Amino acid sequence: MSNIPVNQKTVTIRNIPVEQKKLTMSNLKQYGMMLALFLIYAIFAFLSDGKNAAPMNINNLVMQNSYVVILSLGMLLCCLTANVDLSVGSVVAFCGAAAAIMVIDYHIAIPVTFAIVLAMGVLVGMWQGFFIAVLKVPPFIVTLANMLVFRGLTMVILNGQTKGPLPQGFTQVGAGYLPQVFIQVGGTKVELLALIAGILVSIVLILLEMRFRHNKIKHGFAVLPVWQSISKLVVVIAVLNFISVKLALYMGLPLVLLLMLILILIYSFITNNTVAGRQVYAVGGNVNAARLSGINTDKVMFWVYTNMGFLAGLAGIVLAARNASATPKAGDSFEMDAIAACYIGGAAVQGGSGTISGAVIGALIMGILNNGMSLIGWSVDIQRVVKGLVLLAAVTFDLYNKRKSS
Amino acid sequence: MAEFILEMRHIKKDFSGVKALDDVNLTIKKGEIHALCGENGAGKSTLMNVLSGVYPYGAYTGDIIYHDELCKFNNIRSSEKKGIVIIHQELALIPYLSIAENVFLGNEITPIKGIIDWDETERRARDVLSKVGLVNEDLSQMVNTLGVGKQQLIEIAKALAKKVELLILDEPTAALNDEESSILLNLMLTLKKQGITCIMISHKLNEVSRVADSITVIRDGRTIETIEKTDTEIEEDRIIKGMVGRELTNRYPERNSSIGNVVFEVKNWNVYNPIDQTRKVINNVSLKVRSGEVVGLAGLMGAGRTELAMSLFGKAYGKNISGEMLKNEEILHLNSIKDAINHKIAYVSEDRKKYGLVLQNDLKWNMTLASLGARFSKYGVIKENEEIHATEDYRKIINIKTNSIEQIVGSLSGGNQQKVVLAKWMLSEPEILLLDEPTRGIDVGAKYEIYTVINSLADTGKAVIVISSEMPELLGICDRIYVINDGEIAGEVQKEEFSQERIMKTIMTHIGREK
Repeated sequence: MSNIPVNQKTVTIRNIPVEQKKLTMSNLKQYGMMLALFLIYAIFAFLSDGKNAAPMNINNLVMQNSYVVILSLGMLLCCLTANVDLSVGSVVAFCGAAAAIMVIDYHIAIPVTFAIVLAMGVLVGMWQGFFIAVLKVPPFIVTLANMLVFRGLTMVILNGQTKGPLPQGFTQVGAGYLPQVFIQVGGTKVELLALIAGILVSIVLILLEMRFRHNKIKHGFAVLPVWQSISKLVVVIAVLNFISVKLALYMGLPLVLLLMLILILIYSFITNNTVAGRQVYAVGGNVNAARLSGINTDKVMFWVYTNMGFLAGLAGIVLAARNASATPKAGDSFEMDAIAACYIGGAAVQGGSGTISGAVIGALIMGILNNGMSLIGWSVDIQRVVKGLVLLAAVTFDLYNKRKSS
Repeated sequence: MAEFILEMRHIKKDFSGVKALDDVNLTIKKGEIHALCGENGAGKSTLMNVLSGVYPYGAYTGDIIYHDELCKFNNIRSSEKKGIVIIHQELALIPYLSIAENVFLGNEITPIKGIIDWDETERRARDVLSKVGLVNEDLSQMVNTLGVGKQQLIEIAKALAKKVELLILDEPTAALNDEESSILLNLMLTLKKQGITCIMISHKLNEVSRVADSITVIRDGRTIETIEKTDTEIEEDRIIKGMVGRELTNRYPERNSSIGNVVFEVKNWNVYNPIDQTRKVINNVSLKVRSGEVVGLAGLMGAGRTELAMSLFGKAYGKNISGEMLKNEEILHLNSIKDAINHKIAYVSEDRKKYGLVLQNDLKWNMTLASLGARFSKYGVIKENEEIHATEDYRKIINIKTNSIEQIVGSLSGGNQQKVVLAKWMLSEPEILLLDEPTRGIDVGAKYEIYTVINSLADTGKAVIVISSEMPELLGICDRIYVINDGEIAGEVQKEEFSQERIMKTIMTHIGREK
């Protein structure tokens, strides 16, 4: 088939410098968000006299934000289809409550409880997916309705009371650490494994980047200039080791950090490298074109919402574990945090574009804002105002930029 | 010397450094129909946007002189006040408002400020609608229930309601069939008699030479020439020469068919309308396509050609579909589009923006969308390097004019977008291709290239079915033509008997038989 005659007109040859410039530009956009993240962190470091860089605070940042990060991974997929899921906060509360009741009232073994609750999350997602994909009810309505339903159900099964305290085997997930090996360095207690993990991951990152470049060059594709590659690596490794050193100075590596990192890797892989991920982008970009290209668009919608349910279930467990209890008000407005994270991270409101890394950075920006404002003693009310304005500013800026470039 | 109603002098306009208009001059005589011709991207629409104030004064350089007066329009409203009304290619009607509401949209009749006088609105709407030949229409009917042809007429009625003096029509007949086009062109001639000046942008040169009094050709943002109609009609080839800057001796590439056995056969195919399931859209259609053969489906708009093609493509359209479909003498049961793709059938939609492309994605993603699962992945993981190689190859093979496969498809011209859609389906390695209006809205040069691609697909033994509303195109590229009317095969025309008259006669006989 490739022997179709080329037309007599001249064929434009591949333009490596142009492609390289494009690569740089798309990378700069990612850097821009990272830069905003650093800037906000630096501002609060200044305002709080460095309190937000204290080892304990870094640890808190990781633990407090884990559920929003987990939720924004699923929410990004919803945003890619040009929709949102408003029910996640309620589903988080419902799953957390169900887990607490199973463990405390029915003495069901913790691993069994976790399995059941995750299955419940999946079922909730399928229930919503059924209405969305099969009955074609707009996701906004379906998830708005279920926001009310599951908040109500949470109140009902908890009788409006807080259920707790949860046993230590349970809280481990949200507040526990990976195995710890403490050593003394000049009178300071340091956790060795966190340090080692930081160094190991740095080495792996360097090797991966080298392999990636090698692979691209072998096929004759454009890659970033070497200095950009190196400076990118230097920044990433510096941040990574900053965090791992701080964690080592406190209690070592939180279990949720590992959980979060694994999930981020999995979802990045799905969106970047799999057919399933590409199908979500296509459905969000143009549902008709996707359908006529052989994509089962209903199936895509169904699984996007099922997946969101699963992650909401997981976040429910993590949240209950961190609080050592389940409360009727748990997870309140988490959906808004997750949605905001996606949009701050550059997801398009009209669907079809956005990245996992963007959503994670967005979630971290929200987390650092929350944390920083709490540290300098701003009230929750003011915090809401600031978060709202940041969201508005980020999306306005993004839209303005896109319009200018088009 | 006739009086000039409009002069545009030395108009220059650039988009972030890219010159779209480079010293364009245009003079329009009062009461004439003036056509603007040029390839896609030549700058015709940009020029009209400058004139109508879409690009405000200051965003371009040069002078607009209208009625001997220098005009500085800031927006569409200010040009409309002077009686200049533009009707864009994409119609600007609001689908869920009534005909009357649409006619006076933005121009409501408000004796008391802000409050609409509905009786007067209706009376005047009836008045302007009768001028465009729409009598007996229910004015409270929602516009989305009407066909494109009528919608186009309503757009003109809307312009008339604004006391138009200079009417600009951008590709007015692009979405219309021959019959509707003819109504519209006659209306333009009537309006001319009433003293309304028209500027029309069109690719359809036969229409241009039929109605236009003078033609200005624009190429690469410059005025090339203005051809005046004298006693004789302006020859199409003359216009084409100006548009492409060279003599295009043959508009269709030479075709040496080598036709093999029947590879695709449809027997007694019936399809019902998915919304109104009592309505039969396709009635007992049977057809055959041989390998290496290009078969045309001719017919008027609404004859059911698109519906037929889409119902064959894994039941993408229709309900209660019955009949047999055979590929290589084997019966196919296709229940989804995916089934169809897996059985090596491809359907290129008539509306590339709506149904063919994900405009915000790049060439690469668009080109592999239909073959991602089958060809560019293993265990659900995309083979990125192969994807880049294959799309890069196809970009060159069918000559898509862009720097990179990472370019966003939405920023390409219509012809290049169409090539991306074709590449997408070529990558799915089909044996049977259903091409629905493959050259709609693209320029002469790009058309030629697409015909070449169709030819070479047939040369490699594929069976190609082409739907087109442009009859000369079907006559130029097909080996055989089925004429479809009202969901039925009205006749089959062999290459030896190819002529527009033969096809029209087949349609008319079929219409006559129904009555």
